[in-house]
Amino acid sequence: MRLDLTQIQKWIPKGARVLDLGCGDGEFLATLRHERRVSGLGLEIDPHNITLALQKGIDVIEQNMDRGLDNFPSQSFDVVVMAHALQVLHYPDTVLEDMLRIGAEGIVTFPNFAHWRCRVHLGTRGRMPVSKFLPHSWYDTPNIHFCTVKDFEALCKQRGFRIQKRALVTEGILTRLLAKLWPNLFATTAIFKISR
Amino acid sequence: MDAAQSVGIVTPQQVEFEDPLHLASGEILPSFTLVYETYGTLNQAKSNAILICHALSGHHHAAGYHHEDETKPGWWDSCIGPGKPIDTNRFFVVSLNNLGGCHGSTGPRSINPSTGALWGPDFPQVQVSDWVASQSRLADYLGISTWAAVIGGSLGGMQAMQWSIQYPDRLKYCLVIASAMDLSAQNIAFNEIARQAILSDTHFHEGRYLEHETNPSQGLALARMVGHVTYLSDDAMASKFGRDLRRGSFDKSVTEQVEFQVESYLKYQGSQFSTSFDANTYILMTKALDYFDLAADFEGDSVEAFKQAKAKFLVVSFSTDWRFSPRRSREITDSLISAGRSVSYAEIEAKEGHDAFLMPIPRYLDVLSAYLGRVAEACA
Repeated sequence: MRLDLTQIQKWIPKGARVLDLGCGDGEFLATLRHERRVSGLGLEIDPHNITLALQKGIDVIEQNMDRGLDNFPSQSFDVVVMAHALQVLHYPDTVLEDMLRIGAEGIVTFPNFAHWRCRVHLGTRGRMPVSKFLPHSWYDTPNIHFCTVKDFEALCKQRGFRIQKRALVTEGILTRLLAKLWPNLFATTAIFKISR
Repeated sequence: MDAAQSVGIVTPQQVEFEDPLHLASGEILPSFTLVYETYGTLNQAKSNAILICHALSGHHHAAGYHHEDETKPGWWDSCIGPGKPIDTNRFFVVSLNNLGGCHGSTGPRSINPSTGALWGPDFPQVQVSDWVASQSRLADYLGISTWAAVIGGSLGGMQAMQWSIQYPDRLKYCLVIASAMDLSAQNIAFNEIARQAILSDTHFHEGRYLEHETNPSQGLALARMVGHVTYLSDDAMASKFGRDLRRGSFDKSVTEQVEFQVESYLKYQGSQFSTSFDANTYILMTKALDYFDLAADFEGDSVEAFKQAKAKFLVVSFSTDWRFSPRRSREITDSLISAGRSVSYAEIEAKEGHDAFLMPIPRYLDVLSAYLGRVAEACA
């Protein structure tokens, strides 16, 4: 499982009601159901992923969260998760607000655009970063709202979201150590648990 | 026929119920007959039964063939059969003709036992909840205390939803396809045009056409033509017919009158239907559609209605369906979410309009197969 998902799993209480925004093929909810006995519901727009999630016995709603989440009642879930979707949203701030309306807690993960590789790419080549981690060209990418660890924290402060937990993850022992010291420089993925 | 994927030759069965059925209208049907077909084998625990509810002009013959020479299989043969989404290797499938129908179950063409004459237009107006009540009698008769799933498209989907709140303990899964919790004004308007077409046919004789040894064929054909337009999408009609001519020409030298392909198609559909369907049944079924309101007993609150349900739901809609559009299916889904029910929802990209629910659209079949896989596991 992806690094961020392994981390999120630890933050989800046993038996919680979990809404997974952008649930993909439902693997994460299936794992949570098995490991944490959660009751889960996923949102997804990719037809193939929806079928895969249904095959796993995961409930999934075909819905584009950019068009709003008004159909979910307030405080109807314990945790609302959104892994690696923040950067593809048209209105990421609105979705974050909605997450904390629908759930008692929100868990968000996103690629850290201030990672040193991105900085080097932009700084030395003067080109938008393209890497194994961010494989798209600027003109053909679903990622339209990149942010950094610092940007996200600033938004939380501005909107009054409380940051309950933060994990900044990366691969490799050395970089993991560095990410502890300089997260905004060395973390590839940021994970935040937020609440009102 | 593709023998490997077909349920093969099937024989309709019928059962008579002698206990009176108290209808939603307050009327009482003293006794009634239901015609049904079954496909697959009921397991020992009687836990693998699926009920198929038919739509406006449907009937019990949902899959397979009645005899070797039948050219067309049952109306939902694309979904029901060995290895198909409603897999008869795993499920025991029951499909009936609803009360008020004209394919063998008690309806306007039956004899009213209290008068000895044909029911005709006096057959009581049955509603969706009455159909569900009569279907529960059939379940009792077959020894099925709980359906693994109740499945329906369009008006069939309304019956499936009604099952979930009328008999919450008697179904585990509820599959609602291209349906709505009630009809819109536009839906009712089209139904009324269809009814008026029948009523204004001089051969209708206030519903006593059989006694007059005639049939309001023209009215019934017109009703079907109007209905048929609402089942297709603009796109589907464009790609199927465009502005192609069946005969004639716009060339001034040609005197033969122009007939568009779409005109010819509708006329054919209308005339076929008028020979195989009963006018009183058509009026009754369209009214059952109009009267359906899932939330009526819950002060109009569909969330409260679904709080009665215990089943798990799959809701499916089709992108170009304008009769029961995706918006109507999202209303169902949202009410289920708010009621805290387990629900999945898929919006299938399809150009066929409302009719898509009867078509073998690959993604649609995939979604049904995936969901019914869990139904099979849960009831095994």
